[in-house]
Amino acid sequence: MPVNENVNADNGSAAEAQATETKQWKPRIVAFCCNWCSYAGADLAGSSRLSYPAEIKIIRVPCSCRVNPTFILKAFERGADGVIICGCHPGDCHYSTGNYYARRRMALLFSMLDYIGVERGRTRVEWVSAAEGARFSQVMNDFAKKISELGENVKVGDLRCRQ
Amino acid sequence: MRRIGVFVCWCGSNIAATVDVAAVVADAKVQPGVVFAQDYQYMCSEAGQNIIKDAIKEHQLTGIVVCSCSPRMHEATFRKAAAAAGLNPYMVEIANVREHCSWIHKDKEAGTEKARVLMRAAVAKVMLNVPLKAGESRVVKRALVIGGGIAGIQTALDIADAGFQVDIVEKNATIGGRMAQLDKTFPTLDCSSCILTPKMVEAKASENIRLITYAEVEEVGGFVGDFKVKIRKKARFVKEDVCTGCGLCMAKCPSKKGLNEFNMGLNNRPAIYIPFAQAIPNVAVIDKTQCIKLNTGKCGLCEKVCTAKAIDYTMQDEFIEEEYGAIVMATGFRPIDASKFDEYSYSTCKDVVTSLELERIMNAAGPTGGVLLRPSDGKHPHSVVFVQCVGSRDVSGRGKPYCSKICCMYTAKHAMLIRDKYPDVDVHVFYIDVRTPGKNFDEFYRRAAEQYDVDYIKGQVGKVWEEDGHLVVRGVDLISNEQVILNADMVVLATAIEPDPTARKVANMLTASIDTNDFITEAHPKLRPVESPTAGIFLSGVCQGPKDIPETVSQAGAAASKVIGLLCKDKLTTNPCVARSDELLCNGCSCCEKVCPYGAISYDTHLINDHGVKETRRVALVNEALCQGCGACTVVCPSGAMDLKGFSNKQIMAEVEAICL
Repeated sequence: MPVNENVNADNGSAAEAQATETKQWKPRIVAFCCNWCSYAGADLAGSSRLSYPAEIKIIRVPCSCRVNPTFILKAFERGADGVIICGCHPGDCHYSTGNYYARRRMALLFSMLDYIGVERGRTRVEWVSAAEGARFSQVMNDFAKKISELGENVKVGDLRCRQ
Repeated sequence: MRRIGVFVCWCGSNIAATVDVAAVVADAKVQPGVVFAQDYQYMCSEAGQNIIKDAIKEHQLTGIVVCSCSPRMHEATFRKAAAAAGLNPYMVEIANVREHCSWIHKDKEAGTEKARVLMRAAVAKVMLNVPLKAGESRVVKRALVIGGGIAGIQTALDIADAGFQVDIVEKNATIGGRMAQLDKTFPTLDCSSCILTPKMVEAKASENIRLITYAEVEEVGGFVGDFKVKIRKKARFVKEDVCTGCGLCMAKCPSKKGLNEFNMGLNNRPAIYIPFAQAIPNVAVIDKTQCIKLNTGKCGLCEKVCTAKAIDYTMQDEFIEEEYGAIVMATGFRPIDASKFDEYSYSTCKDVVTSLELERIMNAAGPTGGVLLRPSDGKHPHSVVFVQCVGSRDVSGRGKPYCSKICCMYTAKHAMLIRDKYPDVDVHVFYIDVRTPGKNFDEFYRRAAEQYDVDYIKGQVGKVWEEDGHLVVRGVDLISNEQVILNADMVVLATAIEPDPTARKVANMLTASIDTNDFITEAHPKLRPVESPTAGIFLSGVCQGPKDIPETVSQAGAAASKVIGLLCKDKLTTNPCVARSDELLCNGCSCCEKVCPYGAISYDTHLINDHGVKETRRVALVNEALCQGCGACTVVCPSGAMDLKGFSNKQIMAEVEAICL
């Protein structure tokens, strides 16, 4: 198993790495971007060389309405510090109405997450068009700043697993 | 057993400068399932593609990950390469390490770490990919052009020339658009009508073109190759096939208070009118807001004088439903409202006009018969001041942030024409920069400044006001750094141009992307400038961005050739990334049906064998030809029966896990 070899080889330095990790915490941020607007906006931010923190990793989805709340719960369970969902501006959805569904679902999910201890600032829905590279970079910088201010997230875990 | 290959592209130095490509390859090699990993300078090149093809064959790869530029750029390229090597093209995943990583991060360590994570996420996803087969859909051999200006006309003519049917939908009563309003065109000074009207006549005469004027697109359904469009043909109260365009009704109409839109409201027209002499179709239209008969029931003079019996006061809006294979947007532009810039006193002083108004004044068929006269008193002006960039390059939010591109040239044209016709008139031009990139453009501008003695003043105008029957212009000369105060008889504002207000509405119907200035976004700014990211939608003319007539005509031709390329095909391959319902899990609740924007989900009773128990259940069925793969149904499904091929729950979960590891 190649993966185990890798873990074994790095075992010695893993503890060290963990020690430095606690000192220098870096946020983990997942961004879900719809294929038609925001992902293209992110591409434009790239080709315009408009930077945002490397801690943000983008997952491409066809539409913001494809983002299942369980994806976000999974991200927080795995230790994400922030999750942002980006779609087309209201009225501009490639599939006409997808972003409206996303907006409603996320409003509900975010209030629930807030209730269980994942603060409002760690979740966000933003609209970025394919032509808004500058806006994409600005939104991401702002979101990353907010997450840095909030600090490390409490992992959302399945309580049953702790027994 | 999965056998994954990872290919890391350097993209010259675009990726390799900020990402340690070798480290990504080394990391890829130890990922579970990965049996092969290699880097190369340009993966998209023929040699790069051959590396992929050879590796697929040699290592019996079942899936590949290419760490390269955006999938929007080269996903199709790598899928094709995979298919050529016998691998299902949907077993390819792209890790976007250029646009989303190397181009935005300067720190190599951070860039390399991110590239690794993106690679791992793509590997985790491709492990769960399944071979997909694209379906086929038909191509309706007919195109729709929205907008009948020079852009729309040229596109339609070129498509018709290739032997395909085209419909032009024009919201006004005649085709011709903005170009029909122009007097002369830069830089050759040939007469606009003389080059436009033959094209209008050609469009009318073409067997392959149908003109649907005084009409607007109401609804758009379907997808590339098979659009279904509903067009509202507004009631013109004149039978189009009967009216001979004699114009007798116009002469007799007692209601003459309507503003003449063609002359930018500089004079009035009757309630029944033909927009201009060369209108196509040359048929009258009744303005129902002005018509006495339609508003009070009295009058009816036009009906009495019409020998052709073409008037019909009972006419209602008609609806045309048609199928199209491709749609071209050619919705054009309008000048912005100059009254927003009231330091120039546009709304209070009649002698402050916009450039398009001056264009009508200078035109032989215009309100003054082509004689330069002040709109306030009809007197000959002795001094004219032009103000450039009114609302263009304005980041204050009042105007437009972009350069309208055509104003420097048409102002030079106006200045030159005035100086040529009336050598006694002093002409001053206030400008920020004179921008003349174009064939023979700078020569043209220099001719205006040098040969015709047009006084170009670098600087902006702060205020224009009226004093003792003339205008006073206060500006600044940035070269001498002094305030300039000029007396003028007329002031001409080079107003910014903006997309026609219908563009946003039409773009929304077509689901075409639009930018913050309401220009339609092209699929790629350099490589696909006449296509929208939405398949089957093409762009022609100013709806995509400011441009002059030669550029519009070339872009119109380019859009037409793209349409012809599409219509020549008999079948299109459809996107196989569509929804799929698991019969065993579906409980027939109809939630998915309600959120589907395409009506792609229906229900049927199926005999289900649920672990040995046979029963008849109501289950959801996805029509793969209608489904566009948005995934709305997958989230709404309470039993988790709906999933999206290519973006399945498991695949996205795997990506999330790989990123948060």
